[in-house]
Amino acid sequence: MLLCEQQTPRGLNQLPRKKTEMELAVNITLLLMLCATVFAVVKLQSLFAIVMLFGIYSLLSAMIFVALDAVDVAFTEAAVGAGISTVLMLATLVTTGRWKKKPERSGLLPLFVVTITGAALVWGTLDMPEYGNPANPAHHHVADRYIAESPTEIGIPNMVTSVLASYRGFDTLGEVIVVFTALVGVLSLLQVRRPRTFARKQDNRPDTHRRRPYPVLQVVALIMMPFIIVFALYVQFHGDFGPGGGFQAGVIFAVAFILYTLTYGLDDSLALTPLPALKILAAGGVIIYGGTGVVSMLLGGNFLDYNVLAANPVSGQHIGIIVIELGVGITVASVLITVFYAFVTRAERNRAGEKQVDLPNKAD
Amino acid sequence: MQIAVDLVSWLFLSMGMFLGLTGAYGILKFPDFYTRVHAASISDTLCTACFVIGLALQSGFNLVTAKLFMILILLWLTGPAASHALVRAANTAGLKPVTEKKD
Amino acid sequence: MDSIFTDILAGALGRYNYWVVIVLMMAGFYVVIASTNLVKKIVGLNIFQTSVFIMYISIGKISGGTAPIVWANAELYSNPLPHVLILTAIVVGVATTALGLSLIMRIKHAYGSVEEDEILALSQAEDEDE
Repeated sequence: MLLCEQQTPRGLNQLPRKKTEMELAVNITLLLMLCATVFAVVKLQSLFAIVMLFGIYSLLSAMIFVALDAVDVAFTEAAVGAGISTVLMLATLVTTGRWKKKPERSGLLPLFVVTITGAALVWGTLDMPEYGNPANPAHHHVADRYIAESPTEIGIPNMVTSVLASYRGFDTLGEVIVVFTALVGVLSLLQVRRPRTFARKQDNRPDTHRRRPYPVLQVVALIMMPFIIVFALYVQFHGDFGPGGGFQAGVIFAVAFILYTLTYGLDDSLALTPLPALKILAAGGVIIYGGTGVVSMLLGGNFLDYNVLAANPVSGQHIGIIVIELGVGITVASVLITVFYAFVTRAERNRAGEKQVDLPNKAD
Repeated sequence: MQIAVDLVSWLFLSMGMFLGLTGAYGILKFPDFYTRVHAASISDTLCTACFVIGLALQSGFNLVTAKLFMILILLWLTGPAASHALVRAANTAGLKPVTEKKD
Repeated sequence: MDSIFTDILAGALGRYNYWVVIVLMMAGFYVVIASTNLVKKIVGLNIFQTSVFIMYISIGKISGGTAPIVWANAELYSNPLPHVLILTAIVVGVATTALGLSLIMRIKHAYGSVEEDEILALSQAEDEDE
């Protein structure tokens, strides 16, 4: 509260006017495009088109995040929303079919509910402070302190990483555990299995002739993979200085293996990244994160207080942030890879026909 | 000198814009899937190349240029591969190209 | 007269982001309650969720500010706190989406359909059989 009164916010008239006008124009255009995409989603019946439009919606919102200065968020949204979510939904469509039936239920009641709720919310916004005004209460209290102190207290340029990994380290630990729990949930619903193992046991023909030949795609995927992985590592360890960090790096890392699975098949990619190893890594990331907290407790600090990790508090913070970001990256990458494998296993079973693949299962 | 660089740069940028619009028009107007992919791949490759060259001329010779050309290599690798994947998937699914003109 | 008009315009521009967010949010909400297809419902939920993200990021924006990464020429940074909250929310969002989608696949396996009304009819028929 005190901080709020001490700060004298800059008035809007002192700002470079041309820049804000440009920002506003870009903002309005992008938001209108977003609305158009959403109305297409509401209207369309083809689920395939809906999912692709959802990918476009995510990419557009990532662009809006860049225009609104949230570069880290934009990075994550582009990788997660437009990449992973779309891929997972497409994998679901392989199982569930790509056409939805016409809605039998009348659209009037939902429309009425939605209109009333929307009107109430718009009425609520009239009390909200104006967009972009530096004097808004959301920009004060702790936010001032993060902006003023984090460069000296934590010593890294990217404030988002400072807040994410250090000031709000507890919160992020919780999120990583949620991601891990989602993996546990998915694995208890779906199984991951090498689709051709049983078939190969039955007839001892070599495996190679079964592989669907995608020569162009396979070569391109092989060329891309090292670059994707190097980029993931760059994002992981450069997250202190620019946009990036464990969440984004984990997603990009997972994308490399998803690309491999898409072009070479689940059999080959399970040979590359065995399921037990993925499970251990997913848990290991959480343990690395929580373990850092325990270590800082053992060294005499609070849980996740990185100051005690080195003689100098600032280098302690650096070590702590790098270690926990590594934990986050490992968990996110292995969780997303495993979830994708589970989805592909289900899709492959569906493709092969339930009977064929279920038979060996009943035999053992 | 600066004016000459700007002129060439704008030439490339407007060329890119023209090709992008052509690609978009082709996607809307061409009769079947295969010809539409063909139109889309124009904006994937030549259009982005024009944009990258135009922007590289604007930025001068520095790290940004290097990054721009990395992006160009990436797009030239993935764009045609994506078009190939699309056409292949359509062919596998049994989509036949339109060979006769309908009235 | 002129000043009233500019006031209204300024007020509308100052709340434009929030209003678009509400439109998106309600469109997502409409898809969730009006669609019978479970996959489309998940897409609707995701649209709803992303609109909340845009809401938070809009609140964190300061006009004329720059991205909250320390930079010598920057005078004003946008608020990093909403960015942190939303960054983690996006990753958690994909994790919950994955869980929802795998539930749908199990439902498809059990009932042979992903249409809500068909599933309800089938489960009612099962109840009557017992």
